[in-house]
Amino acid sequence: MEGMTENLEDLARQIRRDVIRMIYHAGSGHPGGSLGAAELFAVLYGRIMRHDPNNPTDFHRDRLVLSNGHICASLYSVLARFGYLPLGELASFRRFGTRLSGHPSRTKLPGIVENSSGPLGQGVPVAKGIAQANRLLGSEGHVYCIVGDGEIQEGIVWESLLSAAQHHVDNLVLIVSYNRLQLDEAVAKVKSLEPLADKFKSFGWHVQRIDGHRVDDIAGALQQAREVTGKPKAVIADTVMGKGVPFMEDKFTWHGGSISLQQAQEALESIGSSAKFDDFLIDGEQAV
Amino acid sequence: MNFDTPVSMRDGFGQALLELGEQNQRVVALSADVSEPTRVHWFARKFPERFFQMGISENEMIGTASGMALNGLIPFATTFAIFAASLAHQPMRVSAAYARANVKIVASHGGVTIGADGATHQAYEDLGLMRLIPGMTVLAPCDARQTYHAVFAAAEYDGPIYMRVGRVDEQVITSETDEFNIGKIQSLREGSDVAILANGIMVSRALEAARILAGEGMNAAVINVHTLKPFDTEGVLHVLKTCGAAVTVEEHTVLGGLGGAVSECSARNYPVPVESIGVQDVFGESGDTEEVLGYYGLTVPRIADAARQAVARKQSISGK
Repeated sequence: MEGMTENLEDLARQIRRDVIRMIYHAGSGHPGGSLGAAELFAVLYGRIMRHDPNNPTDFHRDRLVLSNGHICASLYSVLARFGYLPLGELASFRRFGTRLSGHPSRTKLPGIVENSSGPLGQGVPVAKGIAQANRLLGSEGHVYCIVGDGEIQEGIVWESLLSAAQHHVDNLVLIVSYNRLQLDEAVAKVKSLEPLADKFKSFGWHVQRIDGHRVDDIAGALQQAREVTGKPKAVIADTVMGKGVPFMEDKFTWHGGSISLQQAQEALESIGSSAKFDDFLIDGEQAV
Repeated sequence: MNFDTPVSMRDGFGQALLELGEQNQRVVALSADVSEPTRVHWFARKFPERFFQMGISENEMIGTASGMALNGLIPFATTFAIFAASLAHQPMRVSAAYARANVKIVASHGGVTIGADGATHQAYEDLGLMRLIPGMTVLAPCDARQTYHAVFAAAEYDGPIYMRVGRVDEQVITSETDEFNIGKIQSLREGSDVAILANGIMVSRALEAARILAGEGMNAAVINVHTLKPFDTEGVLHVLKTCGAAVTVEEHTVLGGLGGAVSECSARNYPVPVESIGVQDVFGESGDTEEVLGYYGLTVPRIADAARQAVARKQSISGK
C-alpha cells in the first residue's frame, strides 16, 4: 500500500508542504532544489529503498547519500515522515542548537543520515566509497546518491565517474536532479553540462533520462537501474526548480532565500493539502 | 624490517601496513597513482582485493576513503603530502573530519626533503593545514621505527588521522622499547637550560645539536612532538617550566605547525623565549637533501645557534 502511486504523490505533496513551512520558520533555506526533488525522495523512501526505521543501521540496508546537501529540507521531511525523526523536530530546521542543520551532519544525526555534505560534489565519492565497502564486506545494500545538476561542474564528480566505471561499482545509482538552474543563472549559461546523458555513457555508465516529477517513471527507472549489473548507473531526472509553487517554478532566484508569511500561505495553497499526512506543529500549535 | 641501517619512514609505513593487512581484514588501502613511492604497493601486491587505485584524483580518494570508513572499513589513503593536505583539504575537512570518518591519511614526501622536484612538490604547510581542521589528529613521527609503530596505533585509534612520513633513508634514533602514544610528547634527552622541541627528521638533528651544546656546558632537553594534534599542552608546559626557554625545529613553515603550536601554548600559559627553526614563509628550491635543508637553515649548527639565542634571551629577561 505504502508505495502505491497516489500514496507517493501524496507524500511528495507533504514533503513540499514541510519544505515551505520549515524554510518559512527558519527564515532562510533552499526552497528551489528542495521542492524540485520531492518526488525523488518520495519514491526512494516510499518504494525503492530497502530500509527500516526500526533498524536504521541494518547491514544490508540501502543508503541515500545526499550530495547537494543544501536541499536537506526534503531529506529531513521524508526522514520524519518515515519515523526516523520526531515530526515536531522539523520546526527546529536551521535554528541554533538543532540537529537539522543547514546542511546535513552525520555526527548530529548518527544512524539517521549517512554522510555530511555541503561542499558540492563531495557526496559522489563518499557514496562510491560506501558502495565499494558494501561489496567488499558482503552487504547487499545499494547506494543512491542524489546530486544537483550545477554541482556536476565540480571536478571531483568527474574523478568519481571515472573511478566508478573503472571499478565496475554496480551497486551505486546516481540520481541527477536536473532542474537546469544554479545559483547565478541557467546552467547552460554558466557552464553547460550537455550532452549530459552522452557524457555519462561515454564514461562507461548506464544512463536513463526521465521526468523527475512522475513517480511511476522514477520508480521504473530506479528499479531498472537496480537490475543492471557490471557498471554504475545514472538516472537523469528532469525536474523543475520550485516545482509545485508557481511563483517559484523555474526561477533560479529561488535557489536560496527566505519566504514571507504571505508567500508561504500562497505556496501552501498551490501545493494543496495532503490526504494522509498532517503538517508538523510549531510550538504545539498549528501555524503556517 | 631492519631498523639498524638507514631506512625511510615510508618504508616503515609500507612494512607496517603489510603486517596490519594480515591482522585486520577491515584494513584497506587507496593510492592516487603513487603506490611505489609511498610503499603502499607492498600491501597492494599482497591484498589486491583490498587495494583501490584511484588514479591522479586526490579529492576523490579522500572522499572515497571517507565513505569506506563510514561503512566500517579502516582505509589508509596514501599520496604525497603536498597533494593530500592542500589539494584535498576540502574533502579532508568535510567528508573526513566533519563526518568523523575513521580514515587514515598517510602522506609521504613530507617537508622539503622530497628529492630535487623543487618548490611545487615540497610540503611544508601540510601539518599546519591539517592542524586547523577540528577533530583531525596530526602525526609526524621521527623515524622509520616510530612510523612503523604509529601505523598500528593509528589503526587502533578511532577518528581521522593525518600522518606525515618522510622520503629519505635516515638512521633510526628510537629504540625497540620506545612506546608510541598518540597525543603524548616523547622525551629523548633530559635538560634544564633549554628545550629543543622537534618532529619528523629534525628530531635527529635536534639530538645532535644537544650533544654539541652539552660540550659547551649547556644542558638541552630534546622533545619529540610526534603528535602535533591533539597537542600535549600539559607535557610541553612541564618542559617549558623546567627549561625556561625553547627552540622549535621542524621541516615545515614556522607558521602554524610546531613553532606555532609551541608559541601559542607558551604565550597563553607560561611565556618563555621561543626560537623557531623552519621554513621562513618562502617558496623553495630544487636540490638534494642536504642542500635544501641548508637553504632553509634546517641544520645542526643553526639549531645550536637558536638554542644559544633562546638561553641568552632567557638570561636577559631574568637579569642574569
